[in-house]
Amino acid sequence: MFESLSQRLSATVNRLRGRGRLTEENIREALREVRIALLEADVALPVVQALIQRVKVRAVGQDVMKSLSPGQALVKVVSDELTAVMGTANSELNLAVTPPAVVLMAGLQGAGKTTTVAKLARLLTERKKKKVMVVSCDVYRPAAIEQLRTLAEQVGVKFFPSEAGQDPVQIARDAIAAARREVVDVLLVDTAGRLHVDEAMMAEIKALHAAITPVETLFVVDSMTGQDAATTAKAFADALPLTGVVLTKTDGDARGGAALSVRYITGRPIKFLGAGEKTDALEPFHPDRLAQRILGMGDVLSLVEEVERKVDQEKAQKLAQKVMKGKRFDLEDMRDQLEQMNNMGGLAGLMDKLPGVSGLPDSVKSKVNDGEIKRMVAIIGSMTPRERRHPDLLNGSRRARVARGSGTQPADVNRLLKQYMQMEKMMSKLSKGGGKGLLRQMSGALKGMGGMGGMPPMR
Amino acid sequence: MLNFWKKKPAETPPAAAPAAPAADPSPEAAAPPVPAEVPAAASAAEPVEAAPARRGWRERLAGSALGRGLGSLFQRNPRLDDDLLDELETTLITADVGVEASTALVENLRQRMHKREFADAAGLRNALREALVALLKPVQQPLDPSGHKPFVVLTVGINGVGKTTTIGKLARRWRDEGRNVLLAAGDTFRAAAVEQLKTWGERNAVPVISQGQDADAASVIFDALQAARSRGADVLVADTAGRLHTQGGLMDELGKIARVLKKLDPAAPHEVLMVIDGTTGQNAVNQLRQFRQIVGVTGLVVTKLDGTAKGGVVFALAREFGLPIRFVGLGETATDLRAFDAVAFVDGLLPAADHD
Ligand SMILES: Nc1nc2c(ncn2[C@@H]2O[C@H](COP(=O)(O)OP(=O)(O)OP(=O)(O)O)[C@@H](O)[C@H]2O)c(=O)[nH]1
Ligand SMILES: Nc1nc2c(ncn2[C@@H]2O[C@H](COP(=O)(O)OP(=O)(O)O)[C@@H](O)[C@H]2O)c(=O)[nH]1
Ligand SMILES: [Mg+2]
Ligand SMILES: [Mg+2]
Repeated sequence: MFESLSQRLSATVNRLRGRGRLTEENIREALREVRIALLEADVALPVVQALIQRVKVRAVGQDVMKSLSPGQALVKVVSDELTAVMGTANSELNLAVTPPAVVLMAGLQGAGKTTTVAKLARLLTERKKKKVMVVSCDVYRPAAIEQLRTLAEQVGVKFFPSEAGQDPVQIARDAIAAARREVVDVLLVDTAGRLHVDEAMMAEIKALHAAITPVETLFVVDSMTGQDAATTAKAFADALPLTGVVLTKTDGDARGGAALSVRYITGRPIKFLGAGEKTDALEPFHPDRLAQRILGMGDVLSLVEEVERKVDQEKAQKLAQKVMKGKRFDLEDMRDQLEQMNNMGGLAGLMDKLPGVSGLPDSVKSKVNDGEIKRMVAIIGSMTPRERRHPDLLNGSRRARVARGSGTQPADVNRLLKQYMQMEKMMSKLSKGGGKGLLRQMSGALKGMGGMGGMPPMR
Repeated sequence: MLNFWKKKPAETPPAAAPAAPAADPSPEAAAPPVPAEVPAAASAAEPVEAAPARRGWRERLAGSALGRGLGSLFQRNPRLDDDLLDELETTLITADVGVEASTALVENLRQRMHKREFADAAGLRNALREALVALLKPVQQPLDPSGHKPFVVLTVGINGVGKTTTIGKLARRWRDEGRNVLLAAGDTFRAAAVEQLKTWGERNAVPVISQGQDADAASVIFDALQAARSRGADVLVADTAGRLHTQGGLMDELGKIARVLKKLDPAAPHEVLMVIDGTTGQNAVNQLRQFRQIVGVTGLVVTKLDGTAKGGVVFALAREFGLPIRFVGLGETATDLRAFDAVAFVDGLLPAADHD
């Protein structure tokens, strides 16, 4: 999501590169660009001003290391300051209280509160092995309670029922009592979206907070929010003792300036990123990696973690061994890889994190889509096991049959086989290269995918 | 106190006509063209909101960041110099007007100021107001659903912007105008989205065609169009699941919905209404660019203008795309929808100075 900011900064810095050293004058010029870049990225103006001031002081003062070129030096300063604003380390949820630990969600309409409740419920259940209950205090929006009920069922957590006619404070109180009875570890309390200028609604959430004394009060904010993020965040932080922020819809291409604004204004850490509509699309937020991502270095660390978590280790091992032994990479293997890619939130989620990819124009990136992956999986699914193991068998008439079977065109089948061949070549090269980590396999696979949507191979 | 504007808003000569949308060698060329002329009846058909709406807008928008910022700016009765212009530029930017649009507006004012066109800061303010109105006037084109029967409206936009709520409001509005309205529950993805639309249907006594969660959206909407025809409905409004403009596969699905509708009526959908959250920053430009390319957006609705965000990004949108802004959302209830009115919008943003 932060591509454009990084593109802009690198252009500026490239211009600086020709200069001998950082002078007041060339810094001023570069900082003007940085200022515009941050504003275009929707960072709130007061935050931009503060940031620029800090960068200026540090850049002109003698912080510049001898080993760096002026351009690098400035990038480092900007990067350091972005990181400093974002906070220093990833903060987890604090659940160290006598159970049930109550978590309250707050935010504007449509920010992603309900979805985040479902995602958190899933994360706490699956990865922290907690017993979770959810409850909706949204008695206003049509079908809001039903939405949470459905999601709770999907992620398999307890749902405390409520109804549109009820009082939100009473609902929450009853839910806490139920959570105690049922010895639940964590109770997640969803609330209606509200505008900070709506006094009655702000009074309601204050009362709610007072009644349930949550250990975590999370402010949920859409990463596409503009300058208003600062105003809104300030109002919510004034009304409630916030403990953290969840930044949603980061799977889009918003430049995400709201992250900086909200963090700066509230002083509260961003604890999670929402990166998709599905209930597994919640990522811990690593502030120290954000600046790197802004500057176009790719969030390689996040990727590695994600690969480790989601890739079916066993299959990956098998493939690695197979490839290492010089055995042929077949269509069955390709399907496994495609499916794993899908598990990882699809290509869009992956690509965003790879170095260099952020520089690709959006038009190119949008061509590589997850529908394409599903179609490829379908095509392979229409082959016989023998054909999958021996792709050479696929002559014209077999290809036509596969196309019919998968509801695609023969051209699609041909394209897939071509991509298969590219991947196969890559894999055999890999096996000759020896010692390959998971990451390299993944990027190998990605390169193979490159041909698919007309995307040029990345490096 | 706004007499100056009340008297002759319509005659205001556009100071800076919006740039024609850049030629784009993409499928949007095939999209239905923006209606060239506004049906004369349309303005007469909205007697209900003429006066109260304007007051409502002013009240609601007066507290906006842009309104506050510019208000205090001019109340100080500052000197007419470059500093004032810089401050003005900053203020526009912080209202999400965007760097490019803001700079263009301010540069124009700067040139005119140096030519001594303005006697004082108030003169400059009026010139800015004129320029802002001129940017939005061309996109103030109401939506008239009388041209076809059934008139098919396809509602699109990213997640959580207010599509379903807007449909609820439209249903109410058009039903109150005596039209026979039908809704299609095309968001088959989000949990309880079908329920949400059905509730709006019940509230407004308007029927909803649905197949439930996880059904094929195109087939739901196709069925709904068939139903609309057989029941002789005047308007069909179809909901769709929110999707990010960057999600290729989901975007293609929208294209498919539009294509499927054309099998029944080659002119359908007659309006592709894109809903934009008024709190969105510059990303709205990317959103509109993608949606327009893939489903040929023909009109916009800007929601959530009842908060402190005032959707300054519409200036950038008007400048780059010139697509009609049909409505604005000013709250969560069925009656919180207003036809877009450029003068009211700008009046709300630029509070009168002390003396008037
Ligand atoms: N792409 C994407 N969509 C998201 C994300 N988080 C939430 N959404 C979507 O955004 C929309 C609004 O999400 P909700 O969870 O209903 O938001 P809310 O804050 O509870 O909304 P209200 O209850 O209406 O105030 C839904 O369509 C969600 O599927 C995210 O991280 N990425
Ligand atoms: N304050 C305010 N809230 C709105 C407005 N329009 C929609 N909403 C709220 O925004 C949230 C998302 O709206 P919804 O219609 O579900 O969005 P969709 O996902 O695009 O269909 C809901 O909580 C609505 O009540 C508006 O104009 N003002
Ligand atoms: Mg909700
Ligand atoms: Mg909806």
